[in-house]
Amino acid sequence: MFYREAGDFSTTYREDSQTFPIRFDRLRYYAVLLIAFAVIPFLLNDYWVNAIFLPFLIYSIAAIGLNILTGYCGQVSLGTGGFMAVGAYATYKLMTAFPEISMVVHILLAGGVTAFVGVLFGLPSLRIKGFYLAVATLAAQFFLVWLFNRVPWFYNYSASGQINSPERTFFGIPITGANTEPWAVYLFCLVFVTLSAVVARNLTRGAMGRKWMAIRDMDIAAEIIGVNPLTAKLSAFAISSFFVGVSGALFFSVYLGAVEVGEVFGINKSFLVLFMIIIGGLGSIFGSFAGAAFLVLLPVFLKNVLVTGLGWPTDLAAHLEFMIVGFLIIVFLIVEPHGIAQLWRVAKEKLRLWPFPH
Amino acid sequence: MPDQLIYAIEVFFNGLMAGVLYALVALGFVLIYKASGIFNYAQGVMALFAAMTLVGVMEGQVPFAHLINAVLGTKVHHFGWHLPALVGIITTVLVMVVLAWLVQRIIFKHLVGQEPIILFMATIGLAYFMEGLGDMMWGSEIKKLDVGLPQGINLWIDETTYNIFDYGFFIDNLDIVATVIAIILVSGLVIFAQYTKEGRAMRAVADDHQAALSVGVSLNFIWIMVWSVAGFVALVAGIMWGTKSGVQFSLSLIALKALPVLMLGGFTSIPGAIVGGLIIGVGEKLFEFLVGPLIGGATENWFAYVLALLLLVFRPQGLFGEKIIERV
Repeated sequence: MFYREAGDFSTTYREDSQTFPIRFDRLRYYAVLLIAFAVIPFLLNDYWVNAIFLPFLIYSIAAIGLNILTGYCGQVSLGTGGFMAVGAYATYKLMTAFPEISMVVHILLAGGVTAFVGVLFGLPSLRIKGFYLAVATLAAQFFLVWLFNRVPWFYNYSASGQINSPERTFFGIPITGANTEPWAVYLFCLVFVTLSAVVARNLTRGAMGRKWMAIRDMDIAAEIIGVNPLTAKLSAFAISSFFVGVSGALFFSVYLGAVEVGEVFGINKSFLVLFMIIIGGLGSIFGSFAGAAFLVLLPVFLKNVLVTGLGWPTDLAAHLEFMIVGFLIIVFLIVEPHGIAQLWRVAKEKLRLWPFPH
Repeated sequence: MPDQLIYAIEVFFNGLMAGVLYALVALGFVLIYKASGIFNYAQGVMALFAAMTLVGVMEGQVPFAHLINAVLGTKVHHFGWHLPALVGIITTVLVMVVLAWLVQRIIFKHLVGQEPIILFMATIGLAYFMEGLGDMMWGSEIKKLDVGLPQGINLWIDETTYNIFDYGFFIDNLDIVATVIAIILVSGLVIFAQYTKEGRAMRAVADDHQAALSVGVSLNFIWIMVWSVAGFVALVAGIMWGTKSGVQFSLSLIALKALPVLMLGGFTSIPGAIVGGLIIGVGEKLFEFLVGPLIGGATENWFAYVLALLLLVFRPQGLFGEKIIERV
């Protein structure tokens, strides 16, 4: 009824293999883009951007990145926080060293640097797998955070050990620093998110994504049918780290503005992004968005209901949040390992037939 | 002897003592991993939770006091008693057994036969849940734990070494006690595993789940038992670390160090856990002593992980682990 594909005929291969082959899906996708680009910027204020939209958009990029590595290629990584830190510090160094070059270039370069670091720490994945690898990526997490904390070159010998993002403009509009407009930072991040999602979606649909999924499903079998595990795993590490690095760069330069590495990019950040993709759905781009939205909204929701509504102390709400997140992880792993994305798919299936049961 | 060498020897011994504590936590991981194939990330948080519960029971805190106060508007916080350490420890052991039962019953019963990595992620969820639960029950402030273990510099060692080297070694009494307790605990576990009926059943389960099931071993019982024993080991580790540096969140991060210890020693080997713990303990202290000042210090944060990472590239099963053979 609401969701139908009747009368939707593909007459060319191109039409048949597009990202959204069903017309309704396609229209919905355009509608979402239209609202995101043309409606939301006019309705925004500071609170909405800083509490919800910026974290959601930036975490979405990180979640897409981790989903490529964990959801599509099956290599669990607990080093996301460390890689985000690489992106943040790389942008910082580039921003301060080459102030005249555009921010977009810096952020993309920071992604490139992170990709390189990611490949370095991904090398052991050729020998070890599963949770051995997960623990090995902890090495990246702790080593990188230590590095940015202890080596003064990375924070330009500032006395506080923090990095602060100087003001930079994009076509004359400030996007970092203290004088930003909510709509400007929102649109700046939104462009990155949209591009990331489109690129990731098409990569995972193509030959590369199929190789990753073959490695994930059974690496030995994949090797036998001719997938080179070296290139497949390392490309997953590189591309995943690229996205994570871009998100770290945006997180530092546009969202926070000032970063103390141990606090912002600690191990909890790694877990947060991992939880986003477990709850949202492993191996799904939509799931990355859903998980990011869920875990960004949950604390805001709890804070509004418990602290503002019921007058609980803040720390109690924070503890409850930990319990709820842990509980949800377990529930999703037991009941619906494919996360919110799978629930969405089931809902679409039902909507196709509604109001009839079969 | 040159001063540097004497300092290095002192650092070596201190590292050995720290290594014993790492090994103690690592032991909990090995037990659960061997018996059920679950790599229990929550072991560190279990140690934290056990230590918190112990403090809470001994001090007579009302569990969930903050929550009760927030919901009902009351002002309860303490029952007003102080229990002796032994009562507290027994109560905490009971709590850990109940926890083991719940974990098995509610979570892992539904995840039998899943891929190891799914089980691993479930234990991360468990770790988060328990962290929130512990804070909610007992409050998140740093607590002092004192169960009457001796603390402070060991004067006898200080004097003896002073007479020999003209330099007194600083070795904490607590570390010596921890070493003794760890040795007792490990011997106890080995005897338990080798000579009791339950221990044998546990080893059977570790060897082959289905074969054990077919000769009448109850998997459910063994798993609950193993989680309880791991809870007990966590409690001992929690007492040691808690006495040393207070009961606080960083306890669960220190316990994370047990992971590289395990990767070094091999996941399936109890001696491996101990040797791995000692190598990491000594290695990180010596590295910090010799190289740390040159590159900015605080290398303990990552040394263990990077060492384990490098070793894994050359020897994926660890030093003592069984060779990983993949069958298709």
